[in-house]
Amino acid sequence: MASKEIVVVCGPGGVGKTTLTAALGAMAAVSHGGKVLVVTVDPSRRLGQALGLQPLHRGQQKVPDEGFKAARVAPKGELWAELLDTKAGWDALVKRHAPDPGTARRILANQIYQDISERFIQSHDYMAVERLFELHSEGDYDLVVVDTPPTRNAVDFLLAPERMADFFSSRLLRLLATPYRSRLADAAARPFYYVADRVLGTKFLEQVAEFFILFQTLSDGFVARAKEVERLLADARTAFVVVSTLETVPVREAEEFLRLLPAKGLHAGGLVLNRALPAYLFDAGLATRAAELVGRSGELARALSAAGAPLEGFEAPLIERVLVELAVNFDNVAVVAKREAARRAELSRAVGVVAEVPELADDVHDLGGVLEVGRRVWSQ
Amino acid sequence: MSSSTQAPRLDGSASGLPSEPLAGAGGVLSVGGPTGAGDLPAEEALAERRRPATGIVDRRLLFVTGKGGVGKTAVAAGLALLAASRGKRVLVCEMDAKGDLALAFEAPACGFDPTEVAPGLFAMTMGPEASLRQYLSLQLRLPRAAVLGPVARMFDFVAAAAPGVREIVSVGKLTWEVRERHYDIVIADALASGHVTGLLSAPQTINKLVQVGLVRQQTSWMLDILSDPATTGAIIVATPEEMPVTETIELAGRLEKETTVALLGVVVNRVLPELFGTREEKVFEALSAPAAREALSKSLGGEPDGLLDAARWMVRARRSRASHLQRLRDALPDVPLFYVPYLFLRSYGMRATRQVAAALGQELES
Repeated sequence: MASKEIVVVCGPGGVGKTTLTAALGAMAAVSHGGKVLVVTVDPSRRLGQALGLQPLHRGQQKVPDEGFKAARVAPKGELWAELLDTKAGWDALVKRHAPDPGTARRILANQIYQDISERFIQSHDYMAVERLFELHSEGDYDLVVVDTPPTRNAVDFLLAPERMADFFSSRLLRLLATPYRSRLADAAARPFYYVADRVLGTKFLEQVAEFFILFQTLSDGFVARAKEVERLLADARTAFVVVSTLETVPVREAEEFLRLLPAKGLHAGGLVLNRALPAYLFDAGLATRAAELVGRSGELARALSAAGAPLEGFEAPLIERVLVELAVNFDNVAVVAKREAARRAELSRAVGVVAEVPELADDVHDLGGVLEVGRRVWSQ
Repeated sequence: MSSSTQAPRLDGSASGLPSEPLAGAGGVLSVGGPTGAGDLPAEEALAERRRPATGIVDRRLLFVTGKGGVGKTAVAAGLALLAASRGKRVLVCEMDAKGDLALAFEAPACGFDPTEVAPGLFAMTMGPEASLRQYLSLQLRLPRAAVLGPVARMFDFVAAAAPGVREIVSVGKLTWEVRERHYDIVIADALASGHVTGLLSAPQTINKLVQVGLVRQQTSWMLDILSDPATTGAIIVATPEEMPVTETIELAGRLEKETTVALLGVVVNRVLPELFGTREEKVFEALSAPAAREALSKSLGGEPDGLLDAARWMVRARRSRASHLQRLRDALPDVPLFYVPYLFLRSYGMRATRQVAAALGQELES
């Protein structure tokens, strides 16, 4: 981590990526110094509050020192944070790549653009990557830690630049941009227009065509940019940290992601398993004792009841119920732990460094809590 | 299954558009026009519309949705099994082709054509291309050639760029199944929270964007089905954790504002067990005292601390989740909640689905 300039925190949604991103950034600012920026995509208000940030602030803001003081930590460096704004990012991209301000204005005003700029091909994913590139080029920070969007499929984020480039160079885009009235050429395309006319209606198709005609002017800029972004991601100074819990759906996505990283020439910096169950759940001795508790529950309960303090005054049947409950509960949670252990073994095969953050029953409330999470990761 | 053999007229004029969709049931489930033989008489259809459906599985179309990973497929499968156990002919449809639905029934992979995974219970996956093809040919009655291969793919791409168009196809398929009455109930394991309002409001979106054209024709009968609370409803699945609860609350709001589909309830999945009552908790605390632990240690031939820690972990975890559950209750006071316990199983196949069905069966009774 110390030698990296960019850390991309990726993985399935709902596994605590945002908290981990803040934790990694905070620990870097504390231990290694320098100017650290945490870019978060979808922070819960809680995290913003935990870091002491202004809620609706756009752009970068410094995490106030009070938080560190309250946590009794003197950071070597500075911690900054930014909330990623996808819509604003897209508008800025359009302005940058448009051949002239007039075209930019027409795109931004186009009905289709407004409807889809949120939904457009991997919109959030591409924006996160694009923003990362911009920040890196500006060079104001020693380390940028980027949180990635909670997309349906974690790999979409990685594939975003490639898909963007593909889309812009595709035959389909040219097809869509052919002015409706002048559909020369393409005998093959005629059935398509026929169907589209029938199904969608003429006016809609005209709108779509206009949008794509305008959008096509951005093409060169986007393609070039997408290639640069891919180069940055593959650079040795960029590390990908995959975060997951050990539940079924997240593990499946994390696996897919870990397979894709080397295939794209990207460097897996490590795997962080969040909400890991405690190690004692695997203890065979404890499992045996649990079985004993059940088998001898009556006898043990009577003995405890008769032995004086601290269980004096509780009737044996009541104690017995509790003993059995302890054993049953242990077995139940042990089943989950074993299931998760199998998944952990699978995931660890794909990546070198594995850190675990235990299930924290209390949610993270302040910078101290964020740092606590960071310490767990860092220490492993 | 009734289907039209009328050849479509594609002369491009508005009046050439087929006005009567496929013949089927009358009442709320058909657009105006002549009803065919075997349809319900008008008064009976009207009465059916007015009589509110009593139970959740008495609906004809259920959308089961929620954040990814909360177990909506398990709940959809459980509801499907419950409905089948009550003698209904069920179609359960996985919108996201992830294969989880097949696993829930320990069946081979589902395709677009429904497979019978249990008596009276059919499962399918809504692949985008297959459903698009069926939509174009069956509902819009376009010639086969236009419907296959590259043209369909191109259309799919344009549809991706235009909000609502792709979703219309999915919603179209589901509502069509309802209208055709091939099943007593259709259960859709719908996309995770972020996309589902787009799905359910597709007819309205299309209405706004597309002024004429065949697609526009489709929206009114679809809206009829979606808007009728006796016919259609949504269930949100959540776990009592921070993000799922937050998103459930948001989704409930969006469902109300942006769609016409009624929210029937929230299924709270993976509810942790309550280990101790008040008296038991006192015993537990006493057992944690050094003297008691030592005594147990002697009797058991080893330290019991891990057993006590595991119980403490469970109590804390349940308490933390309870606070999220309270947040859900506070935000949605009028929405019924149904609880499914955490299943401590080694793997999740048919056994788990049966347990979910049983839990839901009890919850929905009371």
